[in-house]
Amino acid sequence: MIGTIASQAAGRLYAAVMNLPERPMRWAQGHLPDGRLGWLFVGPNLAIFAVFTFLPIIVDFYYAGTGGTNLLPTERPWVGLENFASLLACKDYFEPNSCVRDQFWYAIWNTVKFVALQVALMLAFSLVTALVLNRKIIGRGFFRAAFFYPVLLSPVVVALIWKWVLQRDGVLNAAFVGAGLQPVEWLLSARSAFGWTVFVSIWAHMGFYTLILLAGLQAIPADIYEAAAMDAAPPLRVFRRITLPLLMPSVLVVLVLGLIRAVQIFDEVYVLTGGGPGSATTYLVEFIYNTGFSAQVRQYGLAAAASLLLAGVLLVLTLIQLRGMRAKGSSRG
Amino acid sequence: MDRLARLLTATRGRGRMDWTDWASYLYLVLGTLLMLGPVVWLALSSLKSPSGLIEFPPTLLPQEQVRVAVPTYPAPLPLYRITEGDHAGQTLAEVRKIGLQATMVDPAAPETPIRVPIDARTKVMRLHAAWDNYGDLLQKFDFGRYLWNSVFITTVATLITLLLNSMAAFALSKYRFAGRDPVFLLMLATLMIPPTIILVPNYLIAAVLGLTDNPWGVIWPAVATPTGVFLLRQYMLTLPDDLLEAARMDNASEWRIYWRIVLPLSKPALAVLAIFSVMWRWNEFLWPMVVLGRSESFTLPLALNSFQGELTTQWNYLLAMTVVTLVPVTVIFALLQRHITQGIASAGVK
Repeated sequence: MIGTIASQAAGRLYAAVMNLPERPMRWAQGHLPDGRLGWLFVGPNLAIFAVFTFLPIIVDFYYAGTGGTNLLPTERPWVGLENFASLLACKDYFEPNSCVRDQFWYAIWNTVKFVALQVALMLAFSLVTALVLNRKIIGRGFFRAAFFYPVLLSPVVVALIWKWVLQRDGVLNAAFVGAGLQPVEWLLSARSAFGWTVFVSIWAHMGFYTLILLAGLQAIPADIYEAAAMDAAPPLRVFRRITLPLLMPSVLVVLVLGLIRAVQIFDEVYVLTGGGPGSATTYLVEFIYNTGFSAQVRQYGLAAAASLLLAGVLLVLTLIQLRGMRAKGSSRG
Repeated sequence: MDRLARLLTATRGRGRMDWTDWASYLYLVLGTLLMLGPVVWLALSSLKSPSGLIEFPPTLLPQEQVRVAVPTYPAPLPLYRITEGDHAGQTLAEVRKIGLQATMVDPAAPETPIRVPIDARTKVMRLHAAWDNYGDLLQKFDFGRYLWNSVFITTVATLITLLLNSMAAFALSKYRFAGRDPVFLLMLATLMIPPTIILVPNYLIAAVLGLTDNPWGVIWPAVATPTGVFLLRQYMLTLPDDLLEAARMDNASEWRIYWRIVLPLSKPALAVLAIFSVMWRWNEFLWPMVVLGRSESFTLPLALNSFQGELTTQWNYLLAMTVVTLVPVTVIFALLQRHITQGIASAGVK
């Protein structure tokens, strides 16, 4: 009863709101030359893209070439490539201390380490999970949902969940003490803080990649497996010759998506460790955020220059992805 | 090696369980514990009182010490069970504690004080959920405002996203006009421009448009999603053009065809996009943090972040706030699990 009244009211409201543009749109329909009406429908969406995506890219280049701390582009002195030069000025690239912008190079090397470890482990775990979930399992829907659930959580929530588990008097240390070990300050030592940022980001995201791989596995036609069973092919060969090659396009998608996301890691880590201890878990986007927005002196030009370097990396990764997707499309015929 | 491969490939079912099945279930059960355990632990912890939270080792369930009213004492006294000495086995109430000795009384005979060493007794506990953690959020903090900011931004941004993306998708799927395909490609290309690399200029644009410290500063930049346009366009391509032609015969305007015919038929795709949009906006962090400077305009994730910086000792409120933030997402997921996973598997986005 209440439900029907509510849905009727919602329907009326919908009709009333959607009727508002009726007159101007009808007028436009009568007066615009044929085919131009499409632009009216596309226009608003396109305008938002123009203002908040395309325009910013142009402004990004301008910012990267200017110095000072003023936000307004007209008030910023042109410095040419100075921002890039200072970011890239280094005696020894493997020794961040020898660089003009040492924080940038700490962030670079931290990100490289993080990406290599996180993507490799996440791919491995997602693959195993997808293979296991692809078996005839009782309660498969539940298990799939359980592995996927953390994907939906806010990164801030993810970080706080683990901060609570890892804190000094937390449940993990209680287990350690129970096992006769010493409690550990997990987030206060550089090595273990780094390890936990890798772990937590895998925990939060692997469900998504598992889902993609599972969809890939389920797209492999069953008759291929049946034919292999007829030939009594050993399971290892079936896996190597059938499952893996046919899953390869999905693996590639996961690999590249994972790389693109891992390079941009920020939210969870920022709340979990704040980039610390020291700069042990300061990654590239955090460097950009710190430089442009949280430091006393807001160096927008430097942040923009670092963004463009990041954009270059992402562009390369995206091109690889596009090639991979083309391969995937052609393998499907 | 072959056995390992069998574990990973076999899709057997009927018949008896072999060891690969056992290994699979073991993996899944352990994995589920690892995935859901910390969340359950957080939820249980959020019901503990401040004194329960600093207990080490922590108890699984929220508990509190039992207190009894004893005649002649104004306030209820905490109860202890005596473990050693003359009074072992008795349950006594503590009057005061001096050094390592406590003065206690038997609640049944409160006239005779009894002295007990404090390590010869244990607290009498009972299950108790500290709902105050949640109640206090509304009174002691500006929690209602953060909640409202999050709800407002999520709802309004999702509605605008559905409207704008479906309008664009309608034109891109049902009209032929010069420039249509370039426009579609241009929109798809924005998928490759992650928000992190245009953070600085977007802040400038938001500032110029007067959108900083303003919920609209979070809403406008995010409403035109390439994912949404793509999803809806692909779906609308499957709708038969005959329906539109029939409506044109009846002299319906193009706008009316869009909202009376195409939109209602696109409900499944709109639902998927609505779920995505709610998740994105509700969980968004970096951009709101940049554009919303004053704490009055904070969303829940921002409030949580600033809370954990300031109030490290007030974990009880922080935990309750975290749970409130994850509940809507959890409820949506529990109800719409199948749609969400299918939508993501088909669109390849999150």
